[in-house]
Amino acid sequence: MDSNLRREIILDNYQDPMNRGLIEDDGYLKVNTNSESCIDNLDFMMKIENGIVKDIRFDGEACAISTSATSIMIRKLIGKKISEVKEILKNYQNMIHEKEYDEELLGELTVYDEISKQPNRIHCALIPSEAVEKMLGGLEDAGDND
Amino acid sequence: MNREDFPMLMGDMVYFDNGATTLKPKRVIEKMNQYYLEHTSNIHRGDYDAAMKTNELYDHVREIVADFIHCDSSEVIYTSGATMSINMVVFGYMRNQLKKGDEVLLNKAEHASNILPWMKLAQEIGIVIRYVPLSPEYELTFDNIEKCVTSKTKVISLAHVSNVIGDVRDVSRIGKYCHEHHILFHVDGAQSVPHMKVDFQNSYMDFLSFSGHKMCGPTGVGVLVGRKELLEEMEPIFYGGGMNSIFEDDNSYEWKSIPTRFEAGTPPIAEVIGLGEAIQYLMEIGMDSIHEREKQLKNYLLSNLSDMPNIIVYNQKSDSGILAFNIDGVFAQDTSVYLNHYHICVRAGNHCAKLLKDILPVKNTVRISLYFYNSQEDVDQLIEALRNSKDLFKIVL
Repeated sequence: MDSNLRREIILDNYQDPMNRGLIEDDGYLKVNTNSESCIDNLDFMMKIENGIVKDIRFDGEACAISTSATSIMIRKLIGKKISEVKEILKNYQNMIHEKEYDEELLGELTVYDEISKQPNRIHCALIPSEAVEKMLGGLEDAGDND
Repeated sequence: MNREDFPMLMGDMVYFDNGATTLKPKRVIEKMNQYYLEHTSNIHRGDYDAAMKTNELYDHVREIVADFIHCDSSEVIYTSGATMSINMVVFGYMRNQLKKGDEVLLNKAEHASNILPWMKLAQEIGIVIRYVPLSPEYELTFDNIEKCVTSKTKVISLAHVSNVIGDVRDVSRIGKYCHEHHILFHVDGAQSVPHMKVDFQNSYMDFLSFSGHKMCGPTGVGVLVGRKELLEEMEPIFYGGGMNSIFEDDNSYEWKSIPTRFEAGTPPIAEVIGLGEAIQYLMEIGMDSIHEREKQLKNYLLSNLSDMPNIIVYNQKSDSGILAFNIDGVFAQDTSVYLNHYHICVRAGNHCAKLLKDILPVKNTVRISLYFYNSQEDVDQLIEALRNSKDLFKIVL
């Protein structure tokens, strides 16, 4: 991808991210990503109905990479079935770790395809995918993985 | 000054992360290499030349430390660093001396290592932690400490220089007050001992903790200094070789005298010897010159930042070489990634002072921490980079 375009996409999503701001609603799965390896601190919430992601929201203090990655990821995942979400996350993580992945499936998320060149930013890019995985894990633990 | 002593400064790197760890002068590295290349041996009880040489060097470092911070050499315990030193104070001494309801005064600018051990002790035996409020400049003042003291206050524990705000606490006044009011006084010297003259005895300190690697020494070694009478009452945390004089199968034992009682197992020998060399190096330069140099550099930095309205400085006033800032509207880590592009090393984050977020307007800051080997040219490079920071995202992304 052209580096100007890449930068523009990331910056747009950083400065005006999708679905920033949490809401009061008990129907959401929730997770915080305050992690050991990073100073970013984001709260996530996700609503799933009939096996489909209806909404994902987030808020918190974080860097340009993790904020923009969250925004792009949210746009990508809303409306997808859980099985599709898992496929996207798997391919996204593969891309970040320089393994094989489906470019078409990831679409705009491929702006991070060179992030592995900056080892200190890899985790920033992975934050939204880890958060969604954790929330899905919680859902499966609750026995409602449909 | 003394830049030529530091191999890492020979390139184009600008190193402003001295609060995290400092660079090492060649002579410290050489002194440690000498141990590895010429007289590797364990300490204590070796009857051959190499062992005797190692022993002599190792033991002599206690005298160097004693001379450096003004205490008796029997009061110097080698540890792995300030964190271990503080844990020894809390779990080796305080756990047996304090009881439920006793109050320990801390403050929210402290590093994790001077909060978490106390929190754990509070859980274990029910001591009460009270946080002394900071001034509007986020500094810890004597007056605020005094206001918090009650009849239950048994300990005051504080960093001599705080690691984000960099305020220099008046330890001699606080120490004298503690001494007069029978309050135990522990000082975390991790950010002060490397940068200024610290006087254990004249400041009435009961315990002083510091790390070697923040003062031109190697990683893995630090010091706990404790008043002799208190060390006699302190329990060892580690048990094993080197700390006992006798033990029998009926569970009877006798510990060695202080300070070796607290140094079970083979210590970091090369590191202790390296620490001694580092202290001698600092003493040759002079601690007053070092402190003056850092203040001068910080003032130079501040004067250059004063016409840059997009730079928010959180500790304009503090009297050390630490400066915490953010570029308006930019996350701290993005700034540090940006500065790395110019080979400028800084640290972004909460700097382990995780309670400071309750008081500062932001959770994360960029920290510049200076040392004597930094130059005005280093500062000029930083200023230049910050002036260009409107292009920050072009570089970061």
